[in-house]
Formats: sequence, C-alpha cells, structure tokens
Amino acid sequence: MPPSSFDLVNWNFPMKIGVVVFPGSNCDHDAWYAFSHTLGQQAEFIWHDSPSLGQVDAVVLPGGFAYGDYLRCGAIAKFSPVMAAVRKFAAEGGPVLGICNGFQILVESGLLPGALLKNRGLKFVCREVTLRVETSGQLLRMPVAHGEGCYFAEDRTLDQLEAEGRVVLRYVDNPNGSLRDIAGICNEARNVMGMMPHPERADEALLGSTDGLVILKSLLASVVGQTLSPAGVSNE
Amino acid sequence: MSDLTTGELDKVRAILKREPNETEVAIFTVMWSEHCSYKSSRIHLKTLPTKSPRVLVGPGENAGIIDIGDGWAIAFKIESHNHPSFIEPFQGAATGVGGILRDIFTMGARPIAVMDSLRFGPLDQARNRRILEGVVSGISHYGNCFGVPTVGGETIFESCYNGNPLVNVFALGSFKHDEIFFGRATGIGNPVIYVGAKTGRDGIHGASMASSEFDEESAGKRPNVQVGDPFMEKLLLEACLEAMKTGAIVGIQDMGAAGLTCSTCEMGSRAGTGVEIDLALVPQRATGMTPYEIMLSESQERMLIVADKGREDEVFAVFKKWGLDAVTIGAVTDDGMLRVRNHGEIVAEIPNRELADEAPLYDRPHNVAPYRPAPMAAPPLSFKDAEPSLLAILASSDVCSKRWIWQQYDYTVRTNTLAGPGGDAAIVRIKETDTSIAMSLDGNARYCALSPREGAKLIVAECCRNLSTVGALPVAATNNLNFGNPERPEIMAQLVETIAGIGEACRFFDTPITGGNVSLYNETLGEAIWPSPVMGIVGLMKTGMPMTIPFKNESRTVMLLGGFGSPDEIHFGGTQYAKVVLNKMWGLPPALDMEYEKRVQSAIREIVTGGHVESAHDLSDGGLAVALAECCAGGIGAAVEVPGGVLELFHEGPSRVLVSTATPEAVERIATDHQVEAVRIGVTMKEKLRIDHNSVTLVDLAVSRLHEARENALENQLKTHV
Repeated sequence: MPPSSFDLVNWNFPMKIGVVVFPGSNCDHDAWYAFSHTLGQQAEFIWHDSPSLGQVDAVVLPGGFAYGDYLRCGAIAKFSPVMAAVRKFAAEGGPVLGICNGFQILVESGLLPGALLKNRGLKFVCREVTLRVETSGQLLRMPVAHGEGCYFAEDRTLDQLEAEGRVVLRYVDNPNGSLRDIAGICNEARNVMGMMPHPERADEALLGSTDGLVILKSLLASVVGQTLSPAGVSNE
Repeated sequence: MSDLTTGELDKVRAILKREPNETEVAIFTVMWSEHCSYKSSRIHLKTLPTKSPRVLVGPGENAGIIDIGDGWAIAFKIESHNHPSFIEPFQGAATGVGGILRDIFTMGARPIAVMDSLRFGPLDQARNRRILEGVVSGISHYGNCFGVPTVGGETIFESCYNGNPLVNVFALGSFKHDEIFFGRATGIGNPVIYVGAKTGRDGIHGASMASSEFDEESAGKRPNVQVGDPFMEKLLLEACLEAMKTGAIVGIQDMGAAGLTCSTCEMGSRAGTGVEIDLALVPQRATGMTPYEIMLSESQERMLIVADKGREDEVFAVFKKWGLDAVTIGAVTDDGMLRVRNHGEIVAEIPNRELADEAPLYDRPHNVAPYRPAPMAAPPLSFKDAEPSLLAILASSDVCSKRWIWQQYDYTVRTNTLAGPGGDAAIVRIKETDTSIAMSLDGNARYCALSPREGAKLIVAECCRNLSTVGALPVAATNNLNFGNPERPEIMAQLVETIAGIGEACRFFDTPITGGNVSLYNETLGEAIWPSPVMGIVGLMKTGMPMTIPFKNESRTVMLLGGFGSPDEIHFGGTQYAKVVLNKMWGLPPALDMEYEKRVQSAIREIVTGGHVESAHDLSDGGLAVALAECCAGGIGAAVEVPGGVLELFHEGPSRVLVSTATPEAVERIATDHQVEAVRIGVTMKEKLRIDHNSVTLVDLAVSRLHEARENALENQLKTHV
C-alpha cells in the first residue's frame, strides 16, 4: 500500500526503474547511473526486443538515436516489441518518463500528442536551458542536446494541453522554436511524461546543476501514487 | 593517384621473387602510401620520446595507452581527415570521427571524449564557409549519434588553408588494464572473422588520395570519400565491447585506411603469422566487386577479429544480438603470408611482414632552411589604440567565441563532462575512480611558419600550461603533423625541425608521445599549408569542481603569475595583434624559456589544487588584454594597471596565468617557492574592464561590450557574407 502522504526521505526500499535500451540509445547508462547511483534506486536495463518489462515500478525511455533515426526520430522505435509492453504498462497506470529521444518515441507511439520537428535553427543544439515548472513556477537549469526538439501540435491540441494543465515544463529561453515554449508534457492520466531536456545530466553539483533531480524524483513519487509532475517534490 | 615508384616496384619484385599481379600492386600501393607507411617521416618520428612509467602501450598500435591508477587506463590518439574533408566536408569530417573512434574501441576502451582541431581559409570566401559548415555538421552528426561527447578543440583561419582545410580529430577512451586488446592475429588455425558493415565500393584508394596533392581534378575524387553511418558504429562499439567480454577474442583491429588489406597484413605482421582469407565470404553490398575493389574498399564501420578456434559461436551470438554481420572469412596460418583467395583461387600472396613493415624508408633531403612566408625584420610599425584593437581582436575569427561550432556538438552525454568547450582544458571524469582526465588540443601554424622548432615547443608548452591551469598534471601526448609536400626540401626541413621541437619539449615536460598521425601533401596547385603540427596532451587530476576562467566575485586581487614578460618587436610578429590589427607577419614566435615555463606550471597546479584562487586562465592568443577580456565573461570585470602600452598588452609571451584570488599572499608564497613572479595587477569590480598605464586609461569598456564582441562574431561572419 502506498503511503498517503509521500516522503522520499522515509521511503526505505529501492524502487525498480526499468531503463529501456534501444540499439542506438546513448543516454541509457546516464539514466541508469542517475537512478541507481545518485538516487539509490534499483535501475535495470530492458532490451528493445523484450516483449515484457518484467517487474518494474516505473519505466524510462532514454535519449539517443533508437534505430539510427535516419527516417524520423522514433518512427521505427514505435514498432519495437518493448514499446508494446510500454503501452500496456502505461495503460495500466504505470509511470513512464521519456527523455529526449524517449519523448520523440512517446509522441511517435501515440502515447503523447503532437510531434517533434527539426529545431527552428535547423542545427543540433547542446546547451544549458532554464525551464519553468508550470504548476509551481519553479525554475530549473539543465542541458538540452537534440536536433529535433521543436514541439509542434495543432492549436486545438495545444489549447487542450494547456487547459488540462498537461504542459508540465516550458522553456524560459526557447532553444528550438517549440510552440508555446513547450519543453515537456504529460498524458491525460498524468502517468506518462515526455521532455526534451536531460534531467539525468543535471543530477550532481559536479555537472553544474542538481535541478534534474526534481524531475527524476517526481517519477519516483508517481510510483507511490502521486501524479507524474515535478510540482510538490522539493529538491533538497 | 600516387602509384609505386620504379624503385618501389623493384622492391616489390624482390620481395615476391616474381612479377606482382594487378591486385598485389594495388595492395602494395596503399600499404606503402605515405598515409599508411609514414615513409617520409618515420626516421624522424623515431627520435620522439615514447616512454614513461605510465605508458602501457606506445606508438605502433591503434592508440596509445596510459595508466591512470586504480587499475584503470586511457587510450587516446589523434588522426587527420584533411583530404576527404576538402572534397566532401560533411562525410569527410564524419568519417574522420568514425575512424578515430574505432581506433579507440578496437583496443577495448569505451570512447568517452572527442576533440577537434580545425583549420580553414578565411570566412570571406564562400567556399571556406561551406567547408566549415559541412565539417561541423559532419562532426556533429557522427559524434552525437554515436554518443560520445565532443568536449573541446580549436578552430583557426589562415589563407594557407584555402585549398587545404585541416580536420584533426582526437579521441580518448577508458577501460581497465585487463580489458586491453591488440590487433594481433595469434594462434595458428584460429578463425579470422569479419564483422560490421558490408563492403561496398566507397573509399577505394582513399589512403593514396590522402598521399597526393590536389589539383583542378580533385573534385572528381569525391567517390574516394567514404560514407559514414554513426548508428552502425554505435552497434559495432557495443557488440565489440560485449564480444571482448566473452574471452573468445584473441585479436581485433578496425578496417580504416586501406581497409581489409591493412587490417589483415598488420594483424599478421604484429603476431608474426600468416593470414589467409577468401573474398567470396566477405559480406558485400555491391554486386560484381573484384578482388581489387574488396581489398581496397574503405567502407566504414568494419572490424576484423581473430577468435579462439571453437569459440566462434560466442562471438557470432553477440553480433547477432546487435544485428550485425559476423562471418568467418579465413584463418591464421603459420607461413607469414597474406594469402587472398577468391572462390578458392589465389589472387594475392604477399609476406605480411614485408608488406606491413618493410615499406620504403625515405630520408628526404632537408638540408635547406625551412620555408618562411614572412620576413625576419619588423616593418615600420604604427600601433593603433589599445581599446579598438582589443575589440577587433576579440571579434576576429581565431579569438572569438566558437560557441556557434561547439553548441552543435553534444558535449554533455555520458554525464562525465566537468569542463566542456570554451575553457583552457576540457575535463572528463572517470566515474569508477577518483581521477579525471584533462585534455588540451592546440596548434599555432603562425608561430611554426616563423620557426618550426620554436613554434612546436610553444605548442607543447601551451597544452601543458592549459592542463596545469585547471590543476592537472600533464602525462602524455599525441601529435598530428600536417605539412605540405615532403619531396620539397624546404617543406621537409619544416617537418624535421618541427619534430625536433616536439621531441625536445615533450622530453622536457615529461609528456611522451604515445602515437599520432602524419598528413603530408597538404598542397593545392603548388601552394603548401604552413607547418601545422597539432598536439593533444592529456593530464590527470583528482575529480572535483573544475577551475574556470571567469572572475567570480568583486574586490578580488587580480594577479599575473609568471609576470609581464619582456616583449620586443621581433617576437611580436606572430601575434594576433600583428595579424588582426596590423595585417602583418614577421620575425619570430614569442620567446620560450622552458625552465621558467615548467616552474610556472608547477606553481599554478599547486595554487589551483590548493584552492587559493577563484579563477584561472592561461595567456595565449591576444596576450594579456584578451585574457583579461575573457576573464570578464561571467559579468565581473576588473581594474588593472600595466607597465606599458600595446606591446605589453598584446604580446603572447608564454609562461603566464591570470588568476583572481581572495588570498594573494598564498599565491605569492607559492610563486616564491617555485621562483616565479606573481604580480598584483589590479582588483575585480562590477561590470567594467579598465586598463591603465601611468594614469592614462588605455581600455575602459563595459563587460557586456566585450561579451558582444566575442560572442556572436563567428555567426555574424557566416551570416553577413551569405
């Protein structure tokens, strides 16, 4: 039974975080390291042709270039066996976080609305950005690193996302031309979230920021019944 | 195409004791090309220092290996892809990254950092802008997809690179001592396994193309450039590292320049064995390829593995998991021959050792003065005011921020980057240890054009100073020697002098050369590039918060460790001031006192690791004035007093580091211990940089103005000319 009031500090046993590995994932180890090393959870890899996720509490789709992404980012990944399992897991309410390529895959798979287009500047962009957590107004600094991160959806969808409070993160300094500065969104049930910036690259002071922990901890929080949104989880 | 000379052909006949067939001639031609055999440079390269207690593997393997303690090691090397990048900038640069990455992971190391040294002609020419954009996109495309952070580098513009851009890529990987693999075909009867991408017709004769000059026909060489697939390389990386863990692999080598030819004969030669293969078994993506084409193809993302007989299936299983071809194409034999069959019929039969190691060795004439593109005596000089000069230099293409370039590279993937592009040295931690690797990539052809030997020493000193400024101890080096046609004595003299300078400095700073690359024939229509050695030097440090360039707080003492130096006109002709403000070049590069330099480096390492300063930045291009401006990048400025005008502000004398500190006494004490100067030159303050000399204000600029000048200059130069 999940406790009614969530407190990470008193949450003693490790959660099992499944990190999906596509052949071209290249942030899989970074996500694994952040959850297992920095946050002390039990992270494990799930190979892309696995039809089942095993017993996991939450799933992370990491960054990279799943199957090379020469066609369109995430366009092939959505057909992989593991994504069928992820769809099922999400439908049952399991928390799913897609980072960068993971966000692109969630969008291609129809788990999140919209599309991620080539950056407005047409070039890959790697830099630190400032994000605003929409529910709390909290500002977070972490890196982006992508060539196709310009969030696009038709106006009606954008309006709906905003009306339902599903725009979770916005860029303060939009690096890619995303419509309405959208950096991260969640699904209607609020258990699937996708974002272009990399919280797993901002999990230690040595790397320049620990703000990413706010996002990663919100995934842990969601396992025990809280919605998947950084609001309300403080970064101590 | 540079074919075998008559003398070389005679040598081939002597080795074979018969007339070679067409395929054999082709095999000898690539293996004995300058690119593969170093036939013009080898006798001089032998003079370089290559040993230290830390060096586990020196030159001769795919990459050098250094012990970093705790049972861990790093493999690193630099390689050029100059010729392909001129013909097809995007693929040329992309496959340059791919090639050096394979050199690293074929040794068993996982690549954890890449740096690039780039040289282009001036950006006012459309072709140079196109080459720059193509090269940067190519590096970005390949490195980002592969998942290795591109953490630093340098980009320089000179008109000598108009027809000969330089693309030198440095890569570094980490692993444990017991994970090191070699390219050796040991164990008679062991299977020789081909893995990775299929073989096509791309890149045939790439190595020999890279060994000749360019002329009007060069654009027609585009088919000689390989096409890269970074996703395939990523699969190959993971599959190779996983297959190595099975214990079934006894030797492995990538197929780079000269493809299957080079990997087979080198693996056999190193092990003293023979290798027999049948080309009919080689996975091919084109139909009807001849033995000649298959042997010489430089298709990317391929490896050759020698496995333990009977354990092939363990290797095959791993490659199947990653969706890659893995096919036994032959076996190791005891007769020392490279025997190539096609459907059983012998198409080439050459002794491995003679082919790989007995390439002709040339002591090319060099008993003339190195070619100098500038006079020794200074022309009549009329210095301009310091303030507009500073702004002009900050906005010039060599000195300005290269953000437009490095922002296209993923420099944070793998979450090890403690200091990325834009600092004095890049720093990457090794998560499994308390050790971080600092690395610096540097060259200065302007200095080397004025004096190849002194210029080379200055480059080594600069790299070591970069590392020391972030608190790291320099331990080993790799070098890329980019020169013109060695058959011209005045060019060969540049090469010989440069190697002498590198040898002297690397010996002195205790940074042995563990490997590298020589790129000759960088000439188009008879015009050679300036002597352009590039050094990549690595240092070790304890993992911790990195020292950075910008001033952090107001009211801190600004100190110049190493002192103001003693500038004069003869040593001023290679500076950025001479280039940008005066548009002239003359004299000699800055004077280097290596003993003093070493003491300054020891001092700054002690100061930085002891936590006695808040910021540190070594002086280089543009001298003190530019260094001060760069220290203002965080918004905090300074008021400083200097003992002279333009010469004092802009000379590029080495052995100097600018620091800001709350404890100047501690800095002075350490400086005194090391017998180096440490001058208090001013105080940090809000929002402004002011430089005074004898109560005359030379520079008085808002920090935001300095930032503007540097920050968007490159982008503006690319845009305004479109």
